[in-house]
Amino acid sequence: MSGYALEIALTVNGERVSERVDARKTLVDFLREDLALTGSHVGCEHGVCGACTVRVDGEIVRGCLMLAAQCDGATVDTIEGMSDSGEIADLQAAFEQRNALQCGYCTPGMLAAAQDLLKRGAVPSRDDIREHLSGNYCRCTGYHAIVDAVEAVAQARAKGR
Amino acid sequence: MNLLGTVRIDLPAFPVTIRKKRGRHVKPAPFAYKKVRSLDEAVALLGEKDAKLLAGGQSLIATLNMRLSSPSLLIDINGLDGLSSISGKGGAVEIGALARHAQAERSDVIAKHAPLIARAMPHIGHPAIRNRGTVGGSIAFADPAAELPACLLALDGEVDATGPKGKRTIKAQDFFRGLFETALAPQEVLTAIRVPAADKGARVGFAELARRHGDYAIVGLAASARADGKGLSDVRLAYFGVGNTPVRAKKAEAALASGNIDAAVAALDLDPNDDVQATARVKKHLAGVLLRRVAKQLLEAGS
Repeated sequence: MSGYALEIALTVNGERVSERVDARKTLVDFLREDLALTGSHVGCEHGVCGACTVRVDGEIVRGCLMLAAQCDGATVDTIEGMSDSGEIADLQAAFEQRNALQCGYCTPGMLAAAQDLLKRGAVPSRDDIREHLSGNYCRCTGYHAIVDAVEAVAQARAKGR
Repeated sequence: MNLLGTVRIDLPAFPVTIRKKRGRHVKPAPFAYKKVRSLDEAVALLGEKDAKLLAGGQSLIATLNMRLSSPSLLIDINGLDGLSSISGKGGAVEIGALARHAQAERSDVIAKHAPLIARAMPHIGHPAIRNRGTVGGSIAFADPAAELPACLLALDGEVDATGPKGKRTIKAQDFFRGLFETALAPQEVLTAIRVPAADKGARVGFAELARRHGDYAIVGLAASARADGKGLSDVRLAYFGVGNTPVRAKKAEAALASGNIDAAVAALDLDPNDDVQATARVKKHLAGVLLRRVAKQLLEAGS
C-alpha cells in the first residue's frame, strides 16, 4: 500500500467504511469531511487542544495527529457513536446538569477523554481527573464544573456496580 | 434541549448512518505514504529524497499540519514486528523503538528497573498523546525540551540503530548533537534504547516545570546517582529545556556529590536562551529550584 491516495477500509461507529483518501488527510478531517461526522472538532491541529479526541481500537488519540491512511483496518469511535450507543449518556447528563460546558466546542473531546478514564472502573481522585483531562482545553468553564461532573459520574457508576 | 444548547444529540438509533460528502480540506503538503513490512524496506526507502519515518507521529504530524515539514514520502513503520518490546536483558532495560509511551508507563519492567523513566512518563504529553507516541520517536526527534532524551543522558544509556551498513550502538552522550540533530545517519533507523537496570544503590530524581501538565518543559531535570554512605557518587544531572540538546550540569554534579546542595545550585553553569516560555534569567532560576527538589529525591533512600 503506497501512494498519494490510498484505499482504506475501517469500522467507524460500528459501520464498515471503505474510502479512497489522500495520504496527507488527517483522521479528524476524514471523519468530518468524508464521513460528515462533524462531532469531532478541529481546534489547534497540532495536538495541543484535544478537541479532536476520538477512539482508535479502544484508545483515545488525537484525530489531528493521525493520518486517515493509518486507520486502515482500525475500529474508530467518535462522539456520535459513543453518544448513540448510550455508553456516555450519564456523563452527558452530568455535563448538562452541572454546566460543564458553555460553547460546547471542547465537549466531544472532553467527553471522550473523561470516558477513557471512567471506563477503567476505579473512582479517580479530583487530581487524577484533572491530570487525565490535562490535554483537553476548555476556554469557557474554568474546568471546575467538568471535574465535578466526571467525579459525580464516577461515584454513581461505582454505586451502580 | 437545555438552556446551554444541544448537549444530547438526538440522532437515529445506533449505528449512525454515515452521510458521505467530499471534503477538500487538507493541511499538509502532498506526500506519498508507504506502510513497510520490514526494517530493510524502511532503510532502503529512506534513501529516497526527502523521505521521513512515521512512528507515533505525535510531533511529525503536527509539523506536517503546520507545513514546517514537507517530506516527499512518509515511511510508516508502525506495522513492524519486534520493535515494541520492553525487557530486562543482562543488567540493562531495553525498550524497543516502537514501544508506545502508554506501554512504557504501564510496564512493570520499567517501574522496577528503570525508575527514572517511570517517573518521567506521566510528564510526556497527555494520555491521548502517550497512546500513540513512541519511545524511539521521542529520542530520534531529539526535542531539546523533551523528557526522554534527558533521561537517556542521565542514565548513561545507549541507542541501537540499523542502516545500510548494518547495526551499530551509539552512546547517549554522543547521540544528541544539536537542535533536533542526532548522530543518526540519513538512512539509519533507531530500533531500541538501552539503560542500565537500577540496582539497590541506584538513586534517581526527576522534576519538571511546564505551563500545563504534559506540555513541553520550561525547564526539566532528570538525574541519576549512586548511594555512597550517606552521600552520593556518580551524580549525573541532565537538564532539558535549557539548550539545544539535553545538557549535563557537570560542576553542579561534583558539588552535589560532595553533599552541598547550596554549592551545587551556585555551581549551575547552564547557559539557556530566552524562548517563548521564559527568559534565560527565569530558566536559570528555575533550574536551581529543580535542583533542590531533585537533590532531595536523590538523597532519599530507596528513591
